[in-house]
Amino acid sequence: MTSYDAIVVGGGHNGLVAATLLAKAGRKVIVLEAADAIGGAARTEAFAPGFRVSALAHVLNRLHPDVVRDLDLARHGLSLDAGDMPTVALAEDGEALVMHGAYGERLAGASAAEAEAWSGLRAQLFRYAGILKPFLARRPPDLAGLSMGETASLAKAGLALRRLGREDMRDFLRMLLMNVTDVLDEHLEDRRLRGLIAFDAVLGSHLGPRSPTSLLGLYYRLAGEIGGRPGAQALPKGGMGAVTAAIAAAATAAGVIIRTGAIVARIGVDRGRATGVTLADGEEIGAATVVSGINPRTTFLELVGTRAVDTGFVRKLGNIRMKGDAAKLHLALDRLPAFRGVPADALKGRLVIAPSDEHVERAFNPSKYGAFSPEPVMEITIPSLSDPSLAPAGAHVLSAVVQYAPYQLKEGWEAGRPKLQAAILARLEAHAPGIGRSVLHSELLTPADIERRYRMPGGHWHHGELQADQMLMSRPVAGWSGYDTPVDGLFLCGAGSHPGGGVSGAPGLNAARTILARRG
Amino acid sequence: MNDMILPARRAAQDHFRTLRLASPFQPRLEALNRREDWYGWAGYKAPQSLWDEELEFFAIRSQAAVFDLSPMVKYRIEGRDAEAYLDRLTLRDVTKLGVGRVHYTAWCDDEGHVLDDGTLFRLGPDRFRLCCQERHLPWLLDSAIGYDVDIEEETEAVAGLALQGPTSWAVLRDAGFAGSERLKPFDLADFAHEGGSVTISRTGFTGDLGYELFVPADAALSLWDRLFAAGRVHGIRAIGYAALNRARTEAGLIVANADFVTAEHAVRADRVRQPDEIGLGFMIDAEKKGYYNGRRAIEAARRNGTLRHILVGLEIEGNVPAEHAIVYHRGKKEVGLVSAAIWSPTAKRNIAIASLERPYGDTVVDDLWVEIYAMRELRYQKLMKRAKVVPRPFVKLARRTASPPGIF
Repeated sequence: MTSYDAIVVGGGHNGLVAATLLAKAGRKVIVLEAADAIGGAARTEAFAPGFRVSALAHVLNRLHPDVVRDLDLARHGLSLDAGDMPTVALAEDGEALVMHGAYGERLAGASAAEAEAWSGLRAQLFRYAGILKPFLARRPPDLAGLSMGETASLAKAGLALRRLGREDMRDFLRMLLMNVTDVLDEHLEDRRLRGLIAFDAVLGSHLGPRSPTSLLGLYYRLAGEIGGRPGAQALPKGGMGAVTAAIAAAATAAGVIIRTGAIVARIGVDRGRATGVTLADGEEIGAATVVSGINPRTTFLELVGTRAVDTGFVRKLGNIRMKGDAAKLHLALDRLPAFRGVPADALKGRLVIAPSDEHVERAFNPSKYGAFSPEPVMEITIPSLSDPSLAPAGAHVLSAVVQYAPYQLKEGWEAGRPKLQAAILARLEAHAPGIGRSVLHSELLTPADIERRYRMPGGHWHHGELQADQMLMSRPVAGWSGYDTPVDGLFLCGAGSHPGGGVSGAPGLNAARTILARRG
Repeated sequence: MNDMILPARRAAQDHFRTLRLASPFQPRLEALNRREDWYGWAGYKAPQSLWDEELEFFAIRSQAAVFDLSPMVKYRIEGRDAEAYLDRLTLRDVTKLGVGRVHYTAWCDDEGHVLDDGTLFRLGPDRFRLCCQERHLPWLLDSAIGYDVDIEEETEAVAGLALQGPTSWAVLRDAGFAGSERLKPFDLADFAHEGGSVTISRTGFTGDLGYELFVPADAALSLWDRLFAAGRVHGIRAIGYAALNRARTEAGLIVANADFVTAEHAVRADRVRQPDEIGLGFMIDAEKKGYYNGRRAIEAARRNGTLRHILVGLEIEGNVPAEHAIVYHRGKKEVGLVSAAIWSPTAKRNIAIASLERPYGDTVVDDLWVEIYAMRELRYQKLMKRAKVVPRPFVKLARRTASPPGIF
């Protein structure tokens, strides 16, 4: 039996980040990825001959600066276009509204009064997201036994809060658990802008803009940064797979061994301690440290098995809400689509079809009852505009994240998929007339497909709803939020752990730091 | 529409009209009952005493006493993984429990706090019966995730009787249960009864020679009659809980929610107890191979020395039972509470079971006192009595374990 110091289960970006940091600290590390390619949901894949696309995550907006720095990703081939990637709020009729700079430093297409109001709200939102931001790169506070370090960092957050001043601090606390629509009501009027912000707040969660706490999703989004610019976004050259490739290059340089097609069937436990893993083909690999970058529930209910852990813990894992409510559409187009009312230079940005916050709310309603909206809302990119290598000459790739698409569709996804696709294309046609005729190939990934292809239970890209009750010390479950688990030597490092999903590397970073602090 | 649904619903909801369920033995209990001294036991109507508490106790120690166990909560646990399932659920090593054997065990939540104690009967390689005080179906079912096992509550379907006392085996013999003499303590076997069978185990809650008998509820009355017909010459008597409670106190056995609060019932955070805090530490085997629920917390508490309580046997000077008396160190510092206490007729000692706060009762056992309030003609007389920590059981009877069982 071969042995390593640490085995990382799952070659998603978080697993790779954790593996790299452990290897850089001198550990002998192997990463085992079940699929034939690394990257998990951050991959670039061909979906039609000659057409490639960021398969699930398609916009980079939160890769953590510590990850970029500690892994020296620039040296390992990560190139982020530091240029302006705008966000476009498409209008039902007339001109689109365009956010330029890092999350709307400048607005184009809004009235002067609206731009002024947005500027105030934007500054406020960033101030408040900034209070929460330090928590991203840290273990959630353990309220049962605060260490000196934890107490100090909590005190720092308290201090940051005080520095806001009395009025601002009160407003921060008042707004923390509000819904995004109520906040918009206090500040903005432009339907396009309201629709866009409402969409961003609920993207990737089973919440409507009017659902309590929906503002938290926006804070999570704004706590991300790219190239030192809070709220910025980028389309990585070569697709999201290029980010993973840079992380993998850093891993390999640090001495990490990466194996693909290696399906872990069991995580071995002896007398409460992790001993290694057994692969589906029977091969055994030993290690005193096993780090799981895959789903927390899968890790315990399938790989460890319930026999080595407590019933209460199994109950908590079973109660994690993780039913995805978003689909992913890929279109191979024979020409560049013409979106109405969108300036030519904004087409390479992020296009959002969410005509108003009320429209987003109405799109959410059917998903509560196992149906999708006839008028879904979506976020579109045309990555081939900034990276022509993704499509044949003259042709283009369109990538869209579509809400809402409930995991448990009442009629089943076999029957529902073509209907949802038709509904999405009808919306696209309304904004880009003629796009339907230019479609060469299409691929629609429903939550059921995402679950199957990326081994994400419920097809949920956060590996668990990112809502107030499943954040911080409640993520993945209360009592075990610090990356360690009831099995000694077994750690979690994926999106199911704090702070959550998105291509950030933060869970992997925090897990590695925890492991290294433990035995340092 | 409503005309059809409502009567059906009413019929299905009629259970609330019966505030206390009847045991399968109810007709026989009612016939012997002279006192109307009933209490509620897990939803059933059960006798505190049927004719005379004192004489009922002496029926246990001198004759053959019959106690209706039917209200005890019972689960049938069956399937390919039943052994592995119970091994993870409960403290003791179920892989060491042979077919035809019974052991006393307990089970805990994730924090290692005791949910209940009870007896586990191994009826076959893949078939078990778990008997306990509380209902646990949700916990048992959630614990079954990942196991091929069927769990069903059979409290109502199975009737149980305890037959305890020196002449209990003589009663079985004369009732025609041939082979029952081969039952050693904690053995069980099936015997023919009325075209079916009765499961008899040499177990009990009295510290005496005794047996427990389980039959399908529809065979309950015929079993009762069979025992009483054979037992007439052996002094067979039906008893209530008050007498049993005295016998179990002499035997030093604890009762859930009397001597400790079960974890799911405890409202106050400091009332929950680990096995080591209620005298069940003997069930914990550091070498047990499989994981059991709460093991992590239990071993951590032992390692870190964070156990806060201890359950002890006390012998108290004088002859006034110290029931629910406060225990003091040096007569001043409050260190615990007595949960059960009697003047023991068998030991001729004033005995008690008490929960103390460590180190008292653990490393500090000197200078302990109990404060007894004796009601004497509408005035409390406060008695400060010296208490000594003594081993349990308070009464040890050779006939309990003698094999073959004796004839008295």
